Amino acid sequence: MENDTSLIIDIVFWIIAVSTIVSAIAVVALKDVFRSALFLVVTFIGIAGMFLLLRAEFLAMVQILLYVGAIAVLILFAVVLTRDVEQGSPFNRYLIPVLVISGLILAGVIFVITNTNWNVNSNNITSEQMTAAFVETSILGNIAELLIKKYVLAFEVVSVVLLSAVIGSLALVRKR
Amino acid sequence: MDLQQFLIIGAILFFIGLFGSFTKKNTIVVLMCIELMFNAVNLTAVAMSRYLVPYSTGNDSSIVDSILTGQIFSIFIITIAAAEIAIGLAIVIVLVRNYKSVFISDVKELKH
Repeated sequence: MENDTSLIIDIVFWIIAVSTIVSAIAVVALKDVFRSALFLVVTFIGIAGMFLLLRAEFLAMVQILLYVGAIAVLILFAVVLTRDVEQGSPFNRYLIPVLVISGLILAGVIFVITNTNWNVNSNNITSEQMTAAFVETSILGNIAELLIKKYVLAFEVVSVVLLSAVIGSLALVRKR
Repeated sequence: MDLQQFLIIGAILFFIGLFGSFTKKNTIVVLMCIELMFNAVNLTAVAMSRYLVPYSTGNDSSIVDSILTGQIFSIFIITIAAAEIAIGLAIVIVLVRNYKSVFISDVKELKH
């Protein structure tokens, strides 16, 4: 029974991983901006599925609400508003060098990731203890408590940043 | 399903976004690729804090607090990404209004 569940979780993980990466490649490769925006939505949903697999349910919800609900719609609006000057989405002349360099750095990063001895579950915390901690405590309540106690300064600064972003974008698009 | 798989997927997404933001001409697609990079960083942060617990004093509540560090990071990154995309798309609209083009390569007044 235990093996069946982990096998199903593995299959789900690989389906989500492959679809996320394929749609991310489609965002970059497609010529039509509208279609690449739609594939960006698929990538965001895939990342939300990854968050669910990582037991970050609240973040998965925030990802769907904010990225799929707000940012993707904003991007689609921008694509539609720039329709009359639409010239597709071509590559510039640095395609080959950037492809080679980023591929090399990616290979290096993957080499480092696979060869590092990750100290998973250090400090004598077993995976059973971790699962118990997840099941028995309210994750959402803990996030709220951390946000208004330990990280309250960052929380306030971020709200000021959001306000200035709203005012700045309104000031930018204002007709004068 | 372990830490390395999530980190590798995060790395692949990040470098797809990096490649796209360096090679695409359309400003909106560059912004989309920056969003891809933000997402990759979020995934990496959450996976790290899920599998690598930084510290613990033994009771369950502090385990959860240290696991949630990465999620709090991701919440702040998502907020900043929302602010960034609002400003970025406003700049795109202004570019289209002034230059009648969405290509970054057409904005080169500082070059001459």
